[in-house]
Amino acid sequence: MTALRPRRRTRWTPQKVALLALGIVLALATIFPLVWMITGAFKPATEVNGSAILPSEPTLENFAYVFTQVPFLRYMFNSFVVSAAVTVLALWFHSMAAYALARLRFPGRETIFLLIFSTMLVSLPVILIPTFVVVRTLGMVDSYAGLIVPAIFNAFGIFLLRQFYVSLPGELEEAALVDGASYWRIYRSIILPLSRPILSALTVFFFLTNWNSFVWPLTITSDPNLRVVQLGIATFQQQYAADWNYVLAAATVAAMPTLLIFFFFQRQIVESIKSAGFK
Amino acid sequence: MRTVELSRTAGTRAGSDRMRRERRAAFWFLLPDTLGLLVFVAVPMVLAIILGFFRVDGFGSFEFIGIDNYVRMVGDPQFWSSVRITLIYLVAVVPLIFVIGLALALLVQQKLPFIGLIRSALFVPYVVSLVVVAMVWQFMLADRVGILSRLLGLLGFEGISPLGEPSLALGTVVLVTVWFQMGYYMIIFLAGLQDIPGEYYEAARIDGASAWQRFRRITLPLLRPTSFFVLVTATVAVMTGGLDLIFVLTGGGPAGATSLLIFYIYEQAFLFGELGYAAAVGSVLVVAMLAWSLAMFALTKGGRFE
Repeated sequence: MTALRPRRRTRWTPQKVALLALGIVLALATIFPLVWMITGAFKPATEVNGSAILPSEPTLENFAYVFTQVPFLRYMFNSFVVSAAVTVLALWFHSMAAYALARLRFPGRETIFLLIFSTMLVSLPVILIPTFVVVRTLGMVDSYAGLIVPAIFNAFGIFLLRQFYVSLPGELEEAALVDGASYWRIYRSIILPLSRPILSALTVFFFLTNWNSFVWPLTITSDPNLRVVQLGIATFQQQYAADWNYVLAAATVAAMPTLLIFFFFQRQIVESIKSAGFK
Repeated sequence: MRTVELSRTAGTRAGSDRMRRERRAAFWFLLPDTLGLLVFVAVPMVLAIILGFFRVDGFGSFEFIGIDNYVRMVGDPQFWSSVRITLIYLVAVVPLIFVIGLALALLVQQKLPFIGLIRSALFVPYVVSLVVVAMVWQFMLADRVGILSRLLGLLGFEGISPLGEPSLALGTVVLVTVWFQMGYYMIIFLAGLQDIPGEYYEAARIDGASAWQRFRRITLPLLRPTSFFVLVTATVAVMTGGLDLIFVLTGGGPAGATSLLIFYIYEQAFLFGELGYAAAVGSVLVVAMLAWSLAMFALTKGGRFE
């Protein structure tokens, strides 16, 4: 972050001062709802609707209540398992497909790529019902498989990785091929290590997306044991609608992993967005 | 686009052997994803159209009813109301996130102290889940007790309920959508701005062009591919997304005022069990989105901007 860099001399024109002031005001206004949520989670019930930002006597009771009243750890565990499984499998399959599409020669390659690309034009919400019917037919309703498998297949990752692989120099595999290495081996020991930066960007992105997902888990599960964290807090809110201190604590717990990931991996998130789709 | 140059001794036995190996390898590498995309994207896409011609009862009994669902849809005032709400939402949100995203990108590209922190703050709502977003805003807008409701009261708008009043609820949904999406588009525009060579601005400055002239004559034209990308993706995202937000923030209410098409479809399918009818409505959305995307795809020459 620029703030930590050795200080550059800024020439303070009135215009710059105004821009900086505007930026600070906008930034504070933007994060206010999130700050309000987090500090509210530490306020007792009597104070949660007050107008002071910071609690006069911060309490952890709201969190304790949430964790003892509902199986919140179970929800978080479910979300973690689903997000991690989707991320790992998606990156594995997508990098394989992208490798073939970018570096192997076979008839119909362009056609297959176009077909895969065209699936990117359809987002899940639009085909939610037919996907539900397909998954139900496969007997995956109310199962981890139902939560995980359909979430893996998304051409966005293939597309990004393919773009990356196309830009790698061709000489890379040449020597390995002459030595008689298999394509699998080239993929494992040449291509994958080279794709570490883009794979790590996509890891962060996929994990966040799946941790935040709500509509699909809502559609495909009814078993409380399979409840993911977003579903968990939404249900919790319905039950404790007026107890904002508890609701905010639950929301804060659900948001905390994403905020931490954002804090530590901001560059990766921004990179994956920047390289997405265009150029 | 560059393809890999592999030396190939065409015609020789070694060469054709290698081609066969390459082909076989490609097949296995592509198998998991193509199979998955086929089953979980392509089949549902086709099924989306087919299901619209069926009545689907409870768990898995299908009855072919021809175009009855479509006839019902045309005569369904709730459907038309959802279409209208979706179009209003689209026309409000897309220009707003476009202008705000671009303005924020222009702001955070300045070399100013703490600009990195400001950029992070503007972007952070985007990483939080829509469920959390909806809950936070509900808390702030809660009648009488929410901080924003009380602030409105102080400003003389006593007793106004941003989520409770049909005329205001859609505006609130627009506001919240813009709040969590603007950072994403800021990043996209920022990437576009960074691709514009700095010399252009230098030259213009030497020629005495004003900031506004530089923006009009350099930034806007050179940002055209990015602008186009933003318009296309934002339209699709706004038309098909936000289901989680509506679900938790307003539940489509009050009095159906925020029942976007995507919410209406979900409601029909999973709350009223009308899978076939919902699929018919959904297929209209699928076709509209496909037409829109393909038109854009064609206009941008295969998704690649020169």
